[in-house]
Amino acid sequence: MNWPHIFAVYGKELRDMLRDRRTLISMIVVPTLIMPGLLALVATISVKVTQDAAAAIPNVALIGGADSPRLVAALRAHGKVSMVAAGDGWRERIAAKTLRAAVEIPPDFDRAVERGEPATVRIYNYVGELRSGAAVGELQRFFRAYGDTIVMARLAARGLPPTAIVPFDVKPENVAPPAKVGGNIVGGLIPYLFLMLAFVGAMYPAMDLAAGEKERGTMETILCSPVARIDLVLGKFLTILTASLGTVACSLVAMGLTLAIGGPLLAQKIAGGSGAAARRSAEQITALTTIDPLGLVGVLGLVVPMAVLFSAGLFTLSLFAKSFKEAQTYTSPLIIVILLPAIIGLLPGVELNARLALVPILNVSLAGKELVSGAWPWGYLALIFGSSCAYAAIAVALAVRTFGRESVLFRA
Amino acid sequence: MIEARHLTKTFRDRKRGEIRAVDDVSFRVDPGQIYGLLGANGAGKTTALRLLATLLQPTAGGATVAGFDIARDPHEVRRRVGFLAASTALYGRLTARETLRYFGRLNSLTDATIAARTQRLADELGMHEFLDRRCDTFSTGMKQKTSIARTLIHDPAVMIFDEPTLGLDIMAARTIVRFVRECRDRGKTVIYSTHIMSEVEKLCDRIGIIHGGRLLAEGTLAGLRSRFGQQDLEEIFVTAVGAPPLLAP
Ligand SMILES: Nc1ncnc2c1ncn2[C@@H]1O[C@H](COP(=O)(O)OP(=O)(O)OP(=O)(O)O)[C@@H](O)[C@H]1O
Ligand SMILES: [Mg+2]
Repeated sequence: MNWPHIFAVYGKELRDMLRDRRTLISMIVVPTLIMPGLLALVATISVKVTQDAAAAIPNVALIGGADSPRLVAALRAHGKVSMVAAGDGWRERIAAKTLRAAVEIPPDFDRAVERGEPATVRIYNYVGELRSGAAVGELQRFFRAYGDTIVMARLAARGLPPTAIVPFDVKPENVAPPAKVGGNIVGGLIPYLFLMLAFVGAMYPAMDLAAGEKERGTMETILCSPVARIDLVLGKFLTILTASLGTVACSLVAMGLTLAIGGPLLAQKIAGGSGAAARRSAEQITALTTIDPLGLVGVLGLVVPMAVLFSAGLFTLSLFAKSFKEAQTYTSPLIIVILLPAIIGLLPGVELNARLALVPILNVSLAGKELVSGAWPWGYLALIFGSSCAYAAIAVALAVRTFGRESVLFRA
Repeated sequence: MIEARHLTKTFRDRKRGEIRAVDDVSFRVDPGQIYGLLGANGAGKTTALRLLATLLQPTAGGATVAGFDIARDPHEVRRRVGFLAASTALYGRLTARETLRYFGRLNSLTDATIAARTQRLADELGMHEFLDRRCDTFSTGMKQKTSIARTLIHDPAVMIFDEPTLGLDIMAARTIVRFVRECRDRGKTVIYSTHIMSEVEKLCDRIGIIHGGRLLAEGTLAGLRSRFGQQDLEEIFVTAVGAPPLLAP
């Protein structure tokens, strides 16, 4: 290996590449547009979810209760359902799904409760209808809580502690890192997006530096100069790798700017709306757009060997083509090959294990999900990084070998 | 100096089977001499010259170019060879100056040497007004001058030309012919392939007639004339390769 030669090739190819408008578009414009586009998509979905949530407060008809003002007041104060007057056709309205449910309060309910007499509240609903079911769930929760306060009051009246009835509490606690929510939605996308961009970024220069060079007739010019073929391959390979990583870097900058500017702006806009629901969804969006920056560094660490693999692989493949067009027919189907494992990685329930850690692309996609949510499965990471480096080395070796084959370079 | 000994190259083609593109070819070119390789389409000229330029590896036989074996020391051979073919294009997105610098660096020249040689070649070839323009904006003549400068940047002892006038107009072709002669006059070893008889007659000290990969006749123009008993090189060529099949009467 002759490093001055490798750098001469690298410098020339880089200059050549940067003077090509098509490369610049694929390297800078595309990734810069994708990131704000992605955030816009997430934002639109979140806003829609918020609106749906606001619209989802079920209306429930109230039957009776004129003589039980305490219960009625409590029901009306409960924000999760909206109480309406029953009117005549409430049964039909539930059936027509314009009304979610109806609550029938027996006569003298308040007084019966006071005296400790049994009483039955009836909830009419549409079994199997999702929103009706939600309304029933909400009502049951309300009545359970209402009943509990009554029980507590009775215990207090008899001088008994609450533990006489509820001896202990069971409480689930969330231990997932705070970024986990964001980690699973945006986070699942990010490593995948980086992989995609590393591939797309390498694709055009790889075809240009291999098949394009043959097509333009400069391959023979360069081969008859006293540069060793391995130096030529390495210089070209480094150029493609630079384009690949440059594309990822551009997208990273675009993402940082989008999140730094767009994220708070969006949260503000939604929080500027009214009510607790809006505030909650603003928090959700903040969570969605919060990514562990250290995890991002980890993802990039895993993307680097993949970029090496893509660059060398695409270069090798493009060498077999005689023209840019022919190279395109070889490389474009590969996008599917890249998409598939990445999409599998996005599926819920597909988790990293030792075997999947050896599957290229899928492994990075899965590990990336963990990393951006702040988890560092070191064993798997080592396995993934090691295997990726091995695949990358094989790909580079293959590129060098292929470049040495005259049947490939001088195809009739 | 170039010395080819039983140089052979076969290609394996899926449709045509084994192709003997160059078949047991031996010849010798001394410094200050132009050797013309005369042959029709598909005769094996390009393959023979690519073997000498170490772009291809011989299947059998061998050759020494500028004192180095093409199979054992291809790198040393390439350092001493300037290769100009119709198929050696320029990088369109580089300027002429950048092109010369690039090939100079690949020849391990220092930047100072490259600058001095660029200056001298631009003087000699009249390249100054387009030296800093991108090659894809060049006329054919400018491209040709830049290509010539590219083959000369490392001042090679051996020049290999593969149909360098292909597709050029008369004026451009004359520039090339003049340039090839200058190479010889400077003592370089020159091998020149073509299918144009007049170029060979004007230019070459020795002529090899190649057909079907085989070197069928070889000698000076005078030697070939007396051996074939004919003045016209075209007649000599047709006789050497065997008369083309006549149309049935
Ligand atoms: N890479 C290759 N693979 C297979 N066959 C080849 C290859 N290169 C050349 N050939 C075949 O070898 C023979 C000689 O070709 P070559 O290009 O050397 O001829 P040429 O004299 O240069 O012809 P032309 O005047 O067309 O340039 C032809 O039959 C050609 O088809
Ligand atoms: Mg030819």
